[in-house]
Amino acid sequence: MTRPHLTEPRSVRWVLTALVLTFLGLFLGVPLAAVFREALVNGIGPYFAAMQEPDAIAALKLTATAAVCAVPANLLFGLCAGWAVAKFHFRGKQVLTTLIDLPFAVSPVISGLVFVLLFGRQGAFGPWLSEHDVRIIFAVPGIVLATIFVSFPFVAREIIPLMEVTGTEEEEAARVLGAGGLRTFIAVTLPNIKWGVVYGVILCTARAIGEFGAVSVVSGHIRGETNTLPLQVEILYNEYNFQAAFAVASMLTCLALVTLVLKVVAERRVQQEITPAEFARRKANGH
Amino acid sequence: MGFTLFYLSLIVLIPLAMLPIRTASMGWERFWVTVTDPRVVASYRVTLISSLIAAVVNAVFGLLTAWVLVRYSFPGRKIVDALIDLPFALPTAVAGITLTTLYAPNGWLGAPLYAIGIPVAFTPTGITIALIFIGLPFVIRTLQPVIEDLDREVEEAATSLGAARWSVIRHVVLPYMYPAWLTGFALAFARAIGEYGSVVFISGNMPMRTEVSSLLIITKLEQYDYTGATAVAVVMLLVSFVLLLAINSLQGWSSRRLGR
Repeated sequence: MTRPHLTEPRSVRWVLTALVLTFLGLFLGVPLAAVFREALVNGIGPYFAAMQEPDAIAALKLTATAAVCAVPANLLFGLCAGWAVAKFHFRGKQVLTTLIDLPFAVSPVISGLVFVLLFGRQGAFGPWLSEHDVRIIFAVPGIVLATIFVSFPFVAREIIPLMEVTGTEEEEAARVLGAGGLRTFIAVTLPNIKWGVVYGVILCTARAIGEFGAVSVVSGHIRGETNTLPLQVEILYNEYNFQAAFAVASMLTCLALVTLVLKVVAERRVQQEITPAEFARRKANGH
Repeated sequence: MGFTLFYLSLIVLIPLAMLPIRTASMGWERFWVTVTDPRVVASYRVTLISSLIAAVVNAVFGLLTAWVLVRYSFPGRKIVDALIDLPFALPTAVAGITLTTLYAPNGWLGAPLYAIGIPVAFTPTGITIALIFIGLPFVIRTLQPVIEDLDREVEEAATSLGAARWSVIRHVVLPYMYPAWLTGFALAFARAIGEYGSVVFISGNMPMRTEVSSLLIITKLEQYDYTGATAVAVVMLLVSFVLLLAINSLQGWSSRRLGR
């Protein structure tokens, strides 16, 4: 532990810890408890009944569909972007990484809005789409697109720094020994960044499942058809069906808690991944 | 490489390009009238003021929390540390309905506050509470690695030269943390400005009083006023870009300062 003169007096430490725990308790602990309390307010029977509603199950299916489309697409992109940024030298690299982060800087509502401007009835492709009887906005494709957009940067931004740290020496060695591009990637690059990928996928999935603002704009709120779980929560709440709203919300909260646990595990692995490589790099630089 | 650019353009750049294209088609004069409409201006004010207050609260408590989590040990510290990311993992709609129920006049926290004359739900205070929740992890998560990296020897040197603990903190520790602290603050602020899900329930959405800009965009869309919605979106986007630029230059500054 720390030497006594290098920390604050015991009383200060005690007060600060208490202050921080009170703040976190009020802003994290109490809301967390409230979700489950409101969900179980009428007992366990209505709780499970609310989750077995056909609309809730339809919403669950749609959320799963959106996540199943968005996560692999963004995973593939993340791997390609990481490969391109970390292993090659080209001009405008900084611009590329900034552009990748763009969906984080944009309000979720605006993320939904841009797809309405593209595919909505008054949108750029609107007339053409309605001529060919294709619905994107207020239908499943729009929800999938909006979900891809908001969860877009997660995998890429986790992988890029990791790939930069691991450097290109190992890949070059593999190439010299005669391995092809794909084989090098699978046998050399991927094992080095495995947990970084897992970490990115966890964050990407959580965002894909939980997205509300962007999806809300493109969904049209058609019950049983274009409602994802978070939208179902909103509808139930606005109908004053609070217990059912919180029952569905508690399901999403459990998912969030599982995400946090997985995240801690993956984070630890990423640190193990990065440390030997970083160590080697520092040694090479003469530290 | 080719695929990277193709996918990036398809999913991000082309959709976002619709905003300036749509705005250009409406003409400068109509744009100006739309974005300076009193109701729209009131929404900027509500959004910016609540976001600023929330970011300041998060900056102060984030600094304390990061310090306590890194430097002190207490039972359950690891669990608390893992829970910090809850606002990132929890869907915003869930946060929204939960905070509204908590702070409603008959809620767990709302009832006592209401009794002493502080209504929270359906007021700007409620919006600020929701924004504090949503921005809580940013400052903590940007400061934690900096505090971990802090060189104990420097503190030791200052102490052995006779500096009191408080003055070590003020003159040695804090200056080292300023860039990361500001970055965390800017991230929380930027996130708060665009926030929708957690705010829409607790705000009550009264035009001129508790209507935030992102909600106004949705309202305009529901009235099929696509152009008006786009104009407000462009203004919000400009504000986020200025913040993003500020964050990037702050990060450049901080890495130069730390000599990495």
